[in-house]
Amino acid sequence: MIEELQYPFDPKYIISKKKSIKKKLLSQNPNTIEKKIAILGGETTQNIKLILELFLLNYGISPIFYESEYNQWFEDGMFPNEELVSFEPDIIYICTCIRNITEFPTISDDMEAVNGKRNQVYSKFEGVWENLRNTYQCPIIQNNFEYPFYRLMGNKDASDCHGRVNFVTMLNCMFYQYAQNHDNFYICDVNYLSASYGLEKWSDPYYWHMYKYAVAVPAIPYLSFNVANIMKSIYGKNKKAFNLDLDNTLWGGIVGDDGADNIEIGQETPLAQTYSEFQEYLKLHKQLGVLLTINSKNEEDNALSGLARPDSVLHKEDFVNIKANWNPKSHNLLETAQEMMLLPESFVFVDDNPAERAIIAGQVEGAAVPEIEEVEHYIQCIDKSGFFEVTVLSEDDLKRTEMYQKNAQRTQLQASFADYEDYLQSLEMKGEIREFASVYMSRIAQLTNKSNQFNLTTRRYTQAEIEEIAKNRDYLTLYGKLSDKFGDNGVVSVVIGKLAENHHKELHIKLWLMSCRVLKRDMELAMMDELIERAKAASVQKVYGYYYPTAKNVMVKDFYALLGFTKLSEDEKGNITWLFEIPDTYEKKQHVIKVNTNNEYKEMEI
Amino acid sequence: MTREEVFERLNKVFREVFDDTEIVVGEKTTSNDIEDWDSFEHINLVVAVEEEFSFKIPMGRVVTMENVGEMVDIILELGK
Repeated sequence: MIEELQYPFDPKYIISKKKSIKKKLLSQNPNTIEKKIAILGGETTQNIKLILELFLLNYGISPIFYESEYNQWFEDGMFPNEELVSFEPDIIYICTCIRNITEFPTISDDMEAVNGKRNQVYSKFEGVWENLRNTYQCPIIQNNFEYPFYRLMGNKDASDCHGRVNFVTMLNCMFYQYAQNHDNFYICDVNYLSASYGLEKWSDPYYWHMYKYAVAVPAIPYLSFNVANIMKSIYGKNKKAFNLDLDNTLWGGIVGDDGADNIEIGQETPLAQTYSEFQEYLKLHKQLGVLLTINSKNEEDNALSGLARPDSVLHKEDFVNIKANWNPKSHNLLETAQEMMLLPESFVFVDDNPAERAIIAGQVEGAAVPEIEEVEHYIQCIDKSGFFEVTVLSEDDLKRTEMYQKNAQRTQLQASFADYEDYLQSLEMKGEIREFASVYMSRIAQLTNKSNQFNLTTRRYTQAEIEEIAKNRDYLTLYGKLSDKFGDNGVVSVVIGKLAENHHKELHIKLWLMSCRVLKRDMELAMMDELIERAKAASVQKVYGYYYPTAKNVMVKDFYALLGFTKLSEDEKGNITWLFEIPDTYEKKQHVIKVNTNNEYKEMEI
Repeated sequence: MTREEVFERLNKVFREVFDDTEIVVGEKTTSNDIEDWDSFEHINLVVAVEEEFSFKIPMGRVVTMENVGEMVDIILELGK
């Protein structure tokens, strides 16, 4: 992560220094994932591409680009294109603009003619999307339209069907309709970006007539940053939690000195209202599955007394982890991460004190540390940083805070058992382990992109790829769901095996991952039992497992050994190949989870 | 601002944009003299020059500019 690319960045600095910034990025972060990105442009895209590259590198994604010739988005998208086919894009970004609308309504058009023109523009785009989906099966990012920079009828341009403002607004709604009905299709909201930047400057015709840029060159970093945020979200690189200071961050004043009665929160003063609005903003994130934690230098009692005020928007139960003590904040953050089984880089640290921010920025690698300034601008600074850019909302996201709180209850229960297996039995766990089912495709893809620690090969898949694999008979797939008496954890484990014929039938495990929230629950053993049972049914005799080391997955280095695999080889990079020969009588490894009981019951009923 | 001062500041801008610490521009320097100076980089150069001298070069002037010396003329006339 480099400072120059953190929001709020200096766009002109990025434009003029992009070469040296790129050098710096390349020397800094060797652990990147490579992605092939096709940009199909309706305007010049050179700078958009070069600056997108910087932001992606900063997110740990190293892009390889295909760039269409000037204004060839339609031709490249609609017709057979050998170069693009052999490029095999991972993502396609269609960078079009209002200048690509070739026919607008004229005042003499009747309603039918206007609708006809709109449908004509729309169907041109829809045709491209459909063709790209079928040909490349990869995520598509599509710009919506910015408003026109002039209004022939003035205000009426917005409401009258002949107005260009109206035409563009309705057209954008048709784009959104398509986005709502199609997975793997994302709108890049240029309309909002240009409004936020200032349409007058964004659409400065100078840049169109000089260079065929529909977006003013100084605004390009904002567009590229926005696109990079969508892409990093698709590849599971969003942040997951807030780590929040209290005094002068969540409320005004120092609760330890001023007392809970005298801090600024609630509706009594402008400052109190501002802090309340910020708390409200944070609380809304819980709906997205973003977790809230506290990291405050305070006596715990004082900290809690601030949250206990009836007019505080946030209360104790909104937080999944509270650290109010006098330890260094870097220490608290690392401990919180460990307790929640998250990586420290998944946190956004929010603190009004620049000295504390500097400590976190220096000590906790990868954690985001927004440079917030005045309280009335906290929200804008955080919101535009795109930490939690949503591309897919799974049911899991909606329940995440609750799940972490249930985990805390489990930990309490565990303390009351001397024997760990007794504790596991007492959880009354039920597992559902089956081949990929359509309702879980988005969650499965999300897990392959988010799981870093319990992940043997760290292969990333898009939803489209997961759906392809599910259909392919050469693959054996499993998802695992786990629930217990405290609640449902949802889908937490994924295994993909590829069948091969080589004297005997073999199974090669391409992917094995598990969410860390169910570590030490024997779920991995249940997955193994189910995998072997299905492999046996497919007459497989040998199962090959692979471990590819990354900076984050050392916890599963010897996972296959624990399951009874033998080590075949290890290369100089630490890549290990494991073998398990299925015995005639395979003894099940786990006894604490009841697997697939619910559904068997249902099947009997039918 | 003297002509020499403008050249000094311009040199800095050129070195940043083309990421080359060896560049020295003079009155007659054109895009043929600097390897990476193509039409795409020209855009970035103009943006960087506008930023450095806090003014906006009107389109009519950008299109007729033939060498760095003419760029300096425009800067002396309009820049700060």
